[in-house]
Amino acid sequence: MTHPLDYLPSAKEVGTYDPDTLTNNFSDLHPPLTQRQAMIESQRCLYCFDAPCVEACPSDIDIPSFIRQISENNINGAAETILEANILGGSCARVCPTEILCERSCVRNHDAECQPVLIGLLQRHATDHMHFEQHPFKRAASTGRHIAVVGAGPAGLSCAHRLAMLGHQVTIFEAEQKPGGLNEYGIARYKMTDDFARKEVAFLLEIGGINIQYGQRLGDNLELATLRQKYDSVFLGLGLGTSRALGLTGEDAPGLMPAVDYIKTLRQTDDLGILPVAKRCIVIGAGNTAIDMATQMARLGATEVTLVYRRGVEAMPATHHEQEIAKTNGVRMITWAQPDEILLDSQGHVAGMRFAKTHEQAGRLAPTGETFEVAADAIFKAIGQGFDSASLRDPTAAQLARDGERIQVDEMLRTSLPDVYAGGDCIKPGQDLTVQAVQHGKLAAHAIHQALAAKQEAA
Amino acid sequence: MNTLPFTPPGKKNSGDSVVNGVDLSVNFAGIKAPNPFWLASAPPTDKAYNVVRAYEAGWGGVVWKTLGEEPPAVNVSSRYSAHYGKNREVIGFNNIELITDRSLEVNLQEITQVKKDWPDRALIVSIMVPCVEEAWAYILPLVEATGADGIELNLGCPHGMPERGMGAAVGQNPDLIEKVTYWCKKHYSKPVIVKLTPNITDIRVGAQAALRGGADAVSLINTINSITSIDLDNMVAKPTVGHQSTHGGYCGSAVKPIALNMVAEIARDPATPTLPISGIGGIATWRDAAEFIALGAGSVQVCTAAMLNGFRIVEEMKDGLSRWMAEKGYDSIDAFSRKAVPQTTDWKHLDINFKTIAHIDQDLCIECGRCYIACEDTSHQSIAKLTEEGARRYEVIEEECVGCNLCQITCPVENCITMVPQETGKPFLAWDNDPRNPFRVAS
Repeated sequence: MTHPLDYLPSAKEVGTYDPDTLTNNFSDLHPPLTQRQAMIESQRCLYCFDAPCVEACPSDIDIPSFIRQISENNINGAAETILEANILGGSCARVCPTEILCERSCVRNHDAECQPVLIGLLQRHATDHMHFEQHPFKRAASTGRHIAVVGAGPAGLSCAHRLAMLGHQVTIFEAEQKPGGLNEYGIARYKMTDDFARKEVAFLLEIGGINIQYGQRLGDNLELATLRQKYDSVFLGLGLGTSRALGLTGEDAPGLMPAVDYIKTLRQTDDLGILPVAKRCIVIGAGNTAIDMATQMARLGATEVTLVYRRGVEAMPATHHEQEIAKTNGVRMITWAQPDEILLDSQGHVAGMRFAKTHEQAGRLAPTGETFEVAADAIFKAIGQGFDSASLRDPTAAQLARDGERIQVDEMLRTSLPDVYAGGDCIKPGQDLTVQAVQHGKLAAHAIHQALAAKQEAA
Repeated sequence: MNTLPFTPPGKKNSGDSVVNGVDLSVNFAGIKAPNPFWLASAPPTDKAYNVVRAYEAGWGGVVWKTLGEEPPAVNVSSRYSAHYGKNREVIGFNNIELITDRSLEVNLQEITQVKKDWPDRALIVSIMVPCVEEAWAYILPLVEATGADGIELNLGCPHGMPERGMGAAVGQNPDLIEKVTYWCKKHYSKPVIVKLTPNITDIRVGAQAALRGGADAVSLINTINSITSIDLDNMVAKPTVGHQSTHGGYCGSAVKPIALNMVAEIARDPATPTLPISGIGGIATWRDAAEFIALGAGSVQVCTAAMLNGFRIVEEMKDGLSRWMAEKGYDSIDAFSRKAVPQTTDWKHLDINFKTIAHIDQDLCIECGRCYIACEDTSHQSIAKLTEEGARRYEVIEEECVGCNLCQITCPVENCITMVPQETGKPFLAWDNDPRNPFRVAS
């Protein structure tokens, strides 16, 4: 996947390569709490009634309850409280921007309360240390129904697990060769270490009744019409399959590639040393993917990493916490500048980029007329993911009502086609958060279950 | 050798009675001490080494761990256990240790030497021998010869010794308390303090018996029968001796409220109005000590807090107590001793017309909702939960509030919920005189 950078040196060849340092650079960014720390932190929870943290959690985890269970040394109980609301509670504990969700609404943010309870780390503690002889959730009696789930990312997996729990049979169709979606391919390596995504999926599948077929891509070797015909309901958890384009000449030049593609390779490699490294590189964008890209490139050995964003710091989609991660890794941030021209060397490789300075004029972003250049061996674009329209090109899928480029759904996660549901990043209301996708999957499963039960009664 | 040839400056571990300009000295039933902080008879006062360290740290007195008949007691291994709070702080402490397991001769020698070396500090010897006069007649002259300032009768040890007819077995029988006290006064010339057991129904009975026997003072409370926890894997209590356990004696912060009440009961008992009391039970800070003194204690004894933190805690206790006394204008321990006793009364004397209601300071409120759910579920439904522009707001429904204090207790923010006394316009009215009381006393 990193072939646009094939001519660049590998991590082994840049700087003072040391395999142990490199491995360390990609170990846990935030070390887990020790047993003692978890105990102390759990005592800080005030066990609020109608707690604000629960209201802020997109997946409705009963946070005061699981924290109290931790404080009573009931780790399995705590884990079950988390997982019954969010079966991917382990990865959410690692990737949730808790600083803008549960922890932001913790009452301990108030004056004289020092800081919020470290809910994310406590959730991780519970899910890391749970130990079940058998999968903690049981399947209801078989309904005889069979549901197709497209995409084995957080939305699809969550939907499948809940459907299985409700007694349905599930087949998941996954385009890649592994399950997990962004948890497996898209999250920074130091946020999801030790093959956690794979282990979490293995745990989820222990419930039984879920079969995953890999290499099955909607719009390629899979048609929505077939799925609707063969299954009682269909859930679409397609994600956002394409990287947005800069719209500049030379966008296909060697040395320029989407950040998500590089991260995907980085996540899958067994040897970080063989990854191509741009000693000087530019990352365009300021979302979490841009931060992940810039930080990981710095940790691979790049010496000059520049992140360029067309607006100011306050508008960055990445949280303040994420921005700090990049800064502490030596990433330089340039704001109020947008790509103007891709600069190439005599061999046609990326040599840098010219940027146009921007400012806000009457509420709109506009170039000031000034430009500047940044020399670089590679450019990574992280200006957002787009809906892969190719996935909905079969005649049935093409009928799906859209909201912008994404799939339109109602509050029951129903699409415009009967018995077809959708959730996760591919639908409009999404916040593009793992935890949100998990919630969509769970709610869609209940909506599907309810609809099928109603049909049964009517029949 | 790293021993310094001089005492480093800044060490405050002296036995000076004046601290921060306040005189902390006490004369407790004739026993003088530079401050009211004494170490209770317990493991920390088992031998000269510990006692000397305690004096060096600045303790005003020590009650030497209980001496008994020869041969000395034999202790088991595994002796203590604890009742923990949420954050592993020790709330309560439990022990199954017996009286001294060292020979009488060695103890008497050490007591003599220590008293000689530390003449300004109180040194009291705890004693427990069988309930026959000869036993007391034998040991008392030996103790008197040490020069110690007084004795404390251990009539309260709740574990092990009662099985042999001593300790609490005596303390639970008022006739025996009186008899033993009488023997002690007969065979010993210095002050006799009777240590009372709380494992009874009415503490006043024991104090009255001690007074009848001629006691110069009482000390209380001894430890409370307890089992702190069970090892659920092995189905055995702690501390575990081999594969078994036994009940022990409970002490530490958790027992303070029980001890305070018992001290107050004796202090306000018309039968023992001036009987000196040495307060014991969960004292860990200067404030605890001040509370015991305010309720009638003339000195206080500490054990668990020292066992958990070392002897150095007496520094903070002396410093805190003296600063508080200076602030309040109390120039001696006597000046505030028993000051809270008159206000401690029977329920029937309370003002039935008094009214207080909760007030929530909205600026301090962190919107945790704890007060709301506590009141809603378990009390008087007197707190309203409002939502204003998405923000939570909790307000007291004043007409429903009975002033129970529960919301204030459950609130995690200090001073956020206060109880505000209300002007009712009604006169003081005790239940005794309340027209609603079918057994009222005509006023």
